[in-house]
This record gives sequence, structure tokens and C-alpha cells, in this order.
Amino acid sequence: MIDVSANTVARLLESRSFVELGARQRARALLDEGSFRELLDPFDRVTSPWLPKQGIVTQADDGVVVAKGTIDGQPAVIAAIEGAFQGGSMGEVGGAKIAGALELAAEDNRNGIPTRAVLLLETGGVRLQEANLGLAAIAEIQAAIVELRDYQPVIGVVAGSVGCFGGMSIAAGLCSYLIVTREARIGLNGPQVIEQEAGLDEYDSRDRPFIWSLTGGEQRYASGLVDAYVADDTDAIRAQLHELFALGKPLQPRSRRYAWFLQRLADVDTRTQLDAAAVRTLYEGDAQ
Amino acid sequence: METLSFEFAAGQPARGKALVGVVGSGDLEVLLEPGQAGKLAIQVVTSVNGAEQRWKSLFERMFREQNLPALNIDIHDFGATPGVVRLRLEQGLEEVGHD
Repeated sequence: MIDVSANTVARLLESRSFVELGARQRARALLDEGSFRELLDPFDRVTSPWLPKQGIVTQADDGVVVAKGTIDGQPAVIAAIEGAFQGGSMGEVGGAKIAGALELAAEDNRNGIPTRAVLLLETGGVRLQEANLGLAAIAEIQAAIVELRDYQPVIGVVAGSVGCFGGMSIAAGLCSYLIVTREARIGLNGPQVIEQEAGLDEYDSRDRPFIWSLTGGEQRYASGLVDAYVADDTDAIRAQLHELFALGKPLQPRSRRYAWFLQRLADVDTRTQLDAAAVRTLYEGDAQ
Repeated sequence: METLSFEFAAGQPARGKALVGVVGSGDLEVLLEPGQAGKLAIQVVTSVNGAEQRWKSLFERMFREQNLPALNIDIHDFGATPGVVRLRLEQGLEEVGHD
């Protein structure tokens, strides 16, 4: 027993949290050592033109870090959203950075360079202050994911603590593979939005165990909606990334299996309230 | 939101540039780049209005104690306390020194 706990303590002391890292540190940590090269870095000062008009201070990278480098020796591009800046919201500039990076990766592939992509998603979705421009940017990101995933895997990572919501949760669903931690959440509408629309009795956004039981990383993994569930450990996430890239493209992206999911949803008896266990049973069904 | 400018005497231009922090609640980002010899120029964009004197006092107290290289410093502030501002500035100055 003593040995076990000593090992556990040693492991915990050595592990490096991924959730606690900022966007730039996350991108650096997942690319091969020394290969990180940032595109449109903060000193290029391409910032949101819309936030200052509304009295909001901008961030020099607009909350999105895009970097090229290698992953497991292969050319890669990584886009990391900074969840601490404006809730990781997608505006015109940040969205264009991600979409542009993915489009250039597809261009690389057409020119014989097998660039693959990783998206680090910590976002509440569209930046409301940039309205339609943010929505348009998210649509461009989604189109670019669908284009690139025909050449190379596009892997999304939702580590937490913001989670991935709104239009960007659809972008996550389009990825070839998704990696989550226990801290992650994925959902179309955020908890507070649902509470506001459906009422406190239906959905209490402050009830953390309840929220995570429905939208948390563990639940999404158990329901077959994501591909890998890993500990909040930088080495573990990097290893998982290498493993999924080594698999190559999935035979069929999850989003192409929509008919299977729609049938499951059509079979739900909405007269009774679903709980976490019922959702797992629903999606596990027969082999997908 | 307010934009404030400050200028102080400095030595030779710094060698490298550095970025520290994030524009999140109670925090700020600081961009430091080599400036014109003899000049330390600071531009602050802050979400908190009416705090010019507080920024001025903080910079004066900090720069009285050390001889700084010439820099252009951009600060994007999201309501950081003077303590956090000072820590971020010192972090940035240290990183510029290491380059």
C-alpha cells in the first residue's frame, strides 16, 4: 500500500498539467521540441477592429495562437484558443487565423507536403461583439476542417477549463478525432444559456456534478462522441496525439455517420427525463 | 477604456522582445520591444478609467530603482491591480534581458 501511494505521489509531482497552460504554452508543448514557429505573432499586432469601438481592450493575438512545426516528426500546424481572453470567443481576426491556417495546410497537402492539424478548443463560441463576422469565421473554419480531413487527420483537443460550445462545438464534431480530459465540456449551448431558456428546474448551471455528468469529458467519451479520454497531463496528451496521428484518417469521420445518431435520437422517449446513464446506453447501442 | 502614454529616460536599446500575460480578468499583457536609445516609451490601454495617476506612480517607483534599457512597451490591461502590473513588468524585463 505504501509503495502504491509513494508511486502515486511521485507521478503527481512529475506530471505537468495541460489545463493550467496558456494557449501559447499549450501549442509549444504539443509540437516537437524546438520546432515551434508562430505565424502572425502578437508583435504583428493584427487585432480585432471591433472591440475598441465597444470599449473593450484587445489582445495582441486576438486570443488565437497559430504555430507551425512538427508533431512526431511530421509537418503540422496547431491553432490554440486562449480561453482567458473574452471567454475564448471567436471574432473576425482570430477566426480568420484558424481558417487560414487550415486552408494553407490543405494547400500544402495538394503540393505534396503532408501537413496535419491540431485545434486546441477552449471557446464559448462566436464573439457576440463581432456578431455575423464571428459566425462567418466559424463557418470558414468548419469548411476548412472538412476540406483538410480528406488529406490528413484534423485532431481537436478540448482540455478545459472553458470547454467548447456554440458553433465551435460543431467544428469539434467535424474533426477526425477528438481528445478530452475530465475537466473538458462539449455542448452546443452553454449551461447558462440552457438555464435561461429552459428554467432552473430543468437545468441548474451552478450544479457542477450535474453539468459535467451530461456534458463533461468522461460522459462524452462513454457516449462515443469523442475518441480519447486522457488525464490532465501534458505528456499523456502529446502521446495520445501521436497515437491518433499514427492511425491515419478514420475510415469514416463521425459527422458522416449522422444517420446512425439521428436514428438513436428519433428513438428517444422524451416523456421521461434522460439522465447521464440513459444517454450512454442510448449512444453505445450496437457497434457504431 | 482609456489610452495613456508615458515616457522615461533609459539607456541603450534592449536586445530582444518579449510578451507576458493575457488580457483576462484581473490580468494584463505586456509587449516589450527594443526602443529608441535613451527613451522608454509606454502605452497603456486599460479597461479601467481614471487611473492615470496610479499608473504614473507605479512606473516612477519602479524605474527609480533600476536603470532600464530603451524599450517600447505596450500594455493591454483588463483591470489588473498595481501588484500584478508590477510582477508582469518585472517578468517581461527579465525575459528581455535574457534574449
